[in-house]
Amino acid sequence: MPKAGTVAEGVVLSGIAKSFGRTRVLEDVGLAIEAGEFLTLVGPSGCGKSTLLRIIAGLEAADRGSVAIGGRTVDHLPPDRRDVAMVFQSYALYPHMTAAQNIATPLEMRRLTLAERLPLIRLLSPRRPRVMRGIMAEVRAVAETLQIAHLLDRKPDQLSGGQRQRVALGRAMVRRPRVFLMDEPLSNLDAALRVHMRSEVAELHARLGITFIYVTHDQVEAMTMSSRVALMDRGRILQLGTPADLYDRPATLAVARFIGSPPINVLEGEADGAGGVRIDGVRLPIADGLAAGTRVTVGIRPEALRPASPRHDGPVLRARLRRVENLGAEWMLHATLAGAGETPIVVRITAAERDAAGRAGLLSEEIALAVAPSGTHLFGADGVRIGVRQREAVGAR
Amino acid sequence: MSARTPQARTEARWGAIFAAPALLLILTILLAPLVVLVALSVTDYRLGAIALRLVGFDNYAAMLADPVLQRSLRNTFLYVAFVLPAAVFGGLGVALLVHARIHTRTVYEVIYFLPVTSTLVAMATVWQFMLHPTLGPVTPLASTLGFGRIDLLNDPDLALGTLALIGIWQLIGFNMVLFLAGLSAIPRELYEAAALDGARHGADRFLRVTWPMLGPTTMFVTVTSTVTAFKVFDTVVVLTRGGPLGSTETLLYILYLEGFQYFRMGYAAAMTVVLLVFLAGLSILQARVIERRVHYA
Repeated sequence: MPKAGTVAEGVVLSGIAKSFGRTRVLEDVGLAIEAGEFLTLVGPSGCGKSTLLRIIAGLEAADRGSVAIGGRTVDHLPPDRRDVAMVFQSYALYPHMTAAQNIATPLEMRRLTLAERLPLIRLLSPRRPRVMRGIMAEVRAVAETLQIAHLLDRKPDQLSGGQRQRVALGRAMVRRPRVFLMDEPLSNLDAALRVHMRSEVAELHARLGITFIYVTHDQVEAMTMSSRVALMDRGRILQLGTPADLYDRPATLAVARFIGSPPINVLEGEADGAGGVRIDGVRLPIADGLAAGTRVTVGIRPEALRPASPRHDGPVLRARLRRVENLGAEWMLHATLAGAGETPIVVRITAAERDAAGRAGLLSEEIALAVAPSGTHLFGADGVRIGVRQREAVGAR
Repeated sequence: MSARTPQARTEARWGAIFAAPALLLILTILLAPLVVLVALSVTDYRLGAIALRLVGFDNYAAMLADPVLQRSLRNTFLYVAFVLPAAVFGGLGVALLVHARIHTRTVYEVIYFLPVTSTLVAMATVWQFMLHPTLGPVTPLASTLGFGRIDLLNDPDLALGTLALIGIWQLIGFNMVLFLAGLSAIPRELYEAAALDGARHGADRFLRVTWPMLGPTTMFVTVTSTVTAFKVFDTVVVLTRGGPLGSTETLLYILYLEGFQYFRMGYAAAMTVVLLVFLAGLSILQARVIERRVHYA
C-alpha cells in the first residue's frame, strides 16, 4: 500500500477556471491531493478532466486559480520544471527513435547541455560518453522493471499497443517525478489488455509510492484503481471520495448514474408523508420524514433487487420479465415495471440466486422484485441526494 | 492455370475488361510518347521532313562531342546546386515562421504562394523591368550600396545566379505550402511530450520532433524541387535567351533550340532521353537515400 502522505507534499488545486473562447471548461475547481495518493479524475467526455490534468502538467494555463505541487506554487513554471511526468493517450512516443532513446530523452535533456545534444557538435564533448553510459544503465533498469528490456532496440512502429504503453510508462518513470499524470492511458488498448494493464498500473503505483493523477472516462478504471475518485461534469467536481463513497453514497443523481455497471435503475416516485415512497402504486418504506406529495427520484442498484414470491413480506415491485442475460457467474434480468410507464429495470443476481429463483418458479413472465433498502438512494427534484438527516429537513419544509 | 475453376476464369475475364480502359489510357498517354521519343532518338528526323533515316547511336555520340551541350549541362548543374538547397531549406524556414503565426497565417500563405500562381513568363517580364540597367530599380539600388553599376542579366558571371534567384523566389512558396501541410500533420502531443521531457530549447524541439517528422515531406519537396530546377526554361527564354555568351544556356533551352529552332528532332529526342534517364535515376537515388532516414509515423 502507498504510504500515506500529507496534502502539503501532494498536489493542491485552488480555484482553477478555464475557458476556451466562450466555452467554459472548468469553473472554480479546487482539489487537494495527498502525496502518494492514486486520484482518478473521471467523467463523461467534455467534462474538463483532461484540461484539468493539462493545467497541472503546465501544458495549458488556467485563466484563474493556482496549482501547487509539493508545497510549491508552479503556475509560472514550464512543464519540465514542475517535477511531473505524463503518459499520453496516444503514448506520444518519438516514432524515429528506439524505445531506449525514447526512455532516455528526459534524462538527456536534464543531464546534457544543449551543445552535447546537437548532432556532430556533441562529438566534441569529452564527458558525453560517460553521461550517456549512466543514462543507458538507468534506462535498462527501468526497462527491466517494466519487462521491456528485450524491446529496447525497437522503434515504436515495431511494438504492439501494450509494449508502446510500457515504453511510455518507462519514459515517465525514468526521471523519478514527484507526480505521475496519466491521460486515458489504457483507452487505446484492447479489452483484455486493458484489464491486465489496470492491475499493472495499480501495482506500479504501489511500488513507486508517488502521487498518481489518472484521467479516464471509464468508471470501472476509476473504481478499481483509485484511492480516491473525483467525478467531474461540466467543469465541476460533483463528488470527491473513495470508490466506495461514490458507489454507496452518491451525492447526486448524476454521480449515481455514472458510477456502476449496469447503471443504477432510476424510478420516479412520490412521498406519502408516512415514511414511504410510492412508485407505480407500490409503497417502499424508504422515505422517513418526507412531506406527502414530495416528488423524488429513486435510484435502485441492480443488485438491490431480487426475484421474490408475490407473497413476499417486504416491498415488492411488479414487473414484466423481457430478457435474461447469462454472464456466467452473474445473470442480468431485464424487465419493465408493470405500471403504465413501462419503465425499464435491470436486476443483477448471482448464478446461484438465479438457480434458486428458477427452482422456486419465480422467473415467470410476471415477476415480483424485492427491494433491499441498502442499495436504494433518494434524490430530490434538484438531483441532490436526500440523506437520512436531509430527509427530515426536506420533510420539515 | 489449368486448375482454375469456371468462376475464377469468369472473374479474371471481367477483371481484364474492367482494367482495360485504364491500361489503354496509360499506354497511349504515358508510354506511347516515350516509345516514340526513344524511336526518334535513333533517327535523323527533322521536323517537317518526309523521309527519315536510322542513325543508330550517332545522336548520342554527337552529344558527347557537343561543346554547347556540355556547357549547358554545366550551367544546369550549377543552377540546380544553387537553387535546390535554398528552395528546400528556404521553404522550410518560411513554413516554420508562417506556421507559428496564428491570426496572420493565411495572409502570409497567400503572399508566399503568389509567385506560384502567377505564370513565370509574366513574372519574368516584371523581373526584366526590375533588373533593367537603366529603367529598373535594382541597378541604382546596387550602386548606392556600393556594388557599382551592375547589370545582373547581361553580366556572364552573374546572369545564371540571377536566374537561380528567380527560380528560388518561385519555388519557395510552393515548398512552403508542402512543408506547412507536413507541419500541420505532426501530432501536437509529440511537442507536449517533448515539453514534459525538458525539450525547452527550440533546437531540441526541431531536432527531436519537427525535422524527423517532416522526413516524408522533405523527401517529396527535394525530389520535386530537383526536377523543377533541372527543367529551368521559361526564365531563360524570356530573360536571357541563353546569353550572355551562353552563360545561361541550360539543358532544356538547348533541347528546345535543337528541336524547335533548328528542327533537329532526332538529336533533341536523344537529349530528352538522356534528361529523362538522368532525372528518373536522380529521383530514385534520392528516394532510396532519404527513405532510409524517413519515418512514416
